Amino acid sequence: MPTPKTLFDKIWESHVIAPQGEGTYLIYIDLHLIHEVTTPQAFEGLKLAGRKVRRPDKTIAVADHNIPTTNRAAGVAGIDEPDSLLQVQVLERNVKEFGVPYFPITSLDQGIVHVIGPEQGLSQPGMTIVCGDSHTATHGAMGALAFGIGTSEVEHVLATQTLIQAPAKNMLINVEGALGTGVSPKDVILAIIAKIGTAGGTGHVFEYAGSTFRDMSMEGRMTVCNMSIEAGARAGLVAPDDKTFAYMMGRPYAPKGAAWEQALSYWKTLPSDRGSTYDKEAHLAAADIAPHVTWGTNPEMAAPVTGRVPDPAQIDDPLRRAAVERALQYMQLSPNTLLEDVPVQRVFIGSCTNSRIEDLRAAAAVAKGRKVADGVVALVVPGSGHVKHQAEEEGLDRIFLEAGFEWRDAGCSMCMSMNNDKAMNAERVATTSNRNFEGRQGKNAKSHLMGPAMAAAAAVTGKLSDVRQLG
Amino acid sequence: MDKFTTLSGVAAPLPIVNLDTDKIFPAIYLKTIKRTGLAQWLFQEIRFKPDGSENPDFVLNQAPYRQAKILIGADNFGCGSSREHAPWALLDFGIRCVIAPSFADIFYNNCFKNGILPIAVPKEICDELMEDAKKGANAVMTIDLESQTISRPDGEKVYFELDAFRKHCLLNGLDDIGLTEAKNTEISSYEGKAQLERPWQFGMTQKVPG
Repeated sequence: MPTPKTLFDKIWESHVIAPQGEGTYLIYIDLHLIHEVTTPQAFEGLKLAGRKVRRPDKTIAVADHNIPTTNRAAGVAGIDEPDSLLQVQVLERNVKEFGVPYFPITSLDQGIVHVIGPEQGLSQPGMTIVCGDSHTATHGAMGALAFGIGTSEVEHVLATQTLIQAPAKNMLINVEGALGTGVSPKDVILAIIAKIGTAGGTGHVFEYAGSTFRDMSMEGRMTVCNMSIEAGARAGLVAPDDKTFAYMMGRPYAPKGAAWEQALSYWKTLPSDRGSTYDKEAHLAAADIAPHVTWGTNPEMAAPVTGRVPDPAQIDDPLRRAAVERALQYMQLSPNTLLEDVPVQRVFIGSCTNSRIEDLRAAAAVAKGRKVADGVVALVVPGSGHVKHQAEEEGLDRIFLEAGFEWRDAGCSMCMSMNNDKAMNAERVATTSNRNFEGRQGKNAKSHLMGPAMAAAAAVTGKLSDVRQLG
Repeated sequence: MDKFTTLSGVAAPLPIVNLDTDKIFPAIYLKTIKRTGLAQWLFQEIRFKPDGSENPDFVLNQAPYRQAKILIGADNFGCGSSREHAPWALLDFGIRCVIAPSFADIFYNNCFKNGILPIAVPKEICDELMEDAKKGANAVMTIDLESQTISRPDGEKVYFELDAFRKHCLLNGLDDIGLTEAKNTEISSYEGKAQLERPWQFGMTQKVPG
């Protein structure tokens, strides 16, 4: 009997072109997503060497990190920050010069690169997908091997449509059971990271399996896969199933007609074989997962919202203790403080983790009939032009606006604050993004990661809050 | 890319676990379209005070370490964002080697693309090197890539593991793209086969209105 193969093994083996030295292989890339921040130096490299883009038909460009979330109709001219403007202009010049397809910033198709890939049906099961962005793992929700790369590798893929890689190890993340009321996919991934740590997945590709993920929506799976990198994993995957196929069907760049049938029969061969083994495993019970928030300065520093800020004095390892002490000093939190007593001044609902329609619906359900607390600024930034449009069709924009939230245009926005959206004066932020690193959302900004309903709850109460208590 | 054969220099201690690339190179400076001159923003938040003056407590602002060529770090060095600006800034500052018990994958890869040698050593050994690095001007270490050794200030040699292909590329300053282009026949043949097996994946983005 042949050795059982995991989903990762199957995708990896079908993409190996040739060995490239001991333990290293040349692998083929099916889809290359590019954006304005990590490509200028790559295109410059191509120009200097007189190289072309090998497969523009497997490449798509979009500007997302730098663009303003207001006055979108003004297009590129509406970018008032000179460095941001330059970066978007350089991207537009490069895609023109190299013949790379591009979604312009005034198009409804524009959005955060990790939102539009699945939305457009570009990200498909069984593909290898790369992008100069560590949150590329998002596309793993489609059953694709998707991972972030550096700019030198972006240049390598542009020039050759390949990458030199060593195979990763397999790690099973198994979660079983139904999620409790008020518990979202974001809480699942925060609980996983808190359990295994920010380096728990280093050198591995996660396969998220178990009934919790089978029952989760495609968008929920994207939220989970998105943060695989925050546990150090190269990528995170969910086996394609009927939900995946139903999601794919009819999307603009998904196969149609006979090609659909052919693709479907291929996609159905991808899930891990019965009896597959994994190099590492982690098991969680969904029933044990409560709504989570982070209290520190990396995503493993998370706890149930009903908990308290930890006490570094209880940590034995000196470097870990120093890290927690430093985090609490930066976050201006005292040990043992109840998390629900921590006030916030700003709320951000958006990012490649949580800016899809289901996220906005979950936040709107909390915002409906309530008001943003005094002294709190709350932003809702949809993940794409289409998400924004759909939310408006459903009246979600009215709910947010009536509650006192700001309703913005699509982009990365306050996830990393490369545009004008940032925390001012070291504000404390309830955010649905993926990283609570020091200074990421503004100078001395104090970020608390959480799911969209939890962020909306923080907006209306003015503090970290358990959404389950809001009724 | 510059060759990496041997490197001799001051090693600076940086005992911060989970040192993320946002800390090495803050997002706000990612707006540059260049890959040189980035040292000015290296470790910006911890290296400088809010008024822009140097933070004297930060190791790279202290006399012997200003010329550091080696960093001794802690677990999960370079985690977070894939930004290659982190190794570009280290290189621009003069760092050609980072030694730590473990690295985040993308940062580890990015180092090799820029002639920086990341060395993973067992934690006990890294702890000893960290103590060595605290000796200031006496914290000189020598890395010999060919023999895969680190010579400590007292002359003791520590062996380290390294993938043979990466070693070969660093020793010879090889350009990955050039190496891959030499395999063009294999790539084209793979593409022909893939196009028969998975035709719907080809020509996909050509349908994007342009």
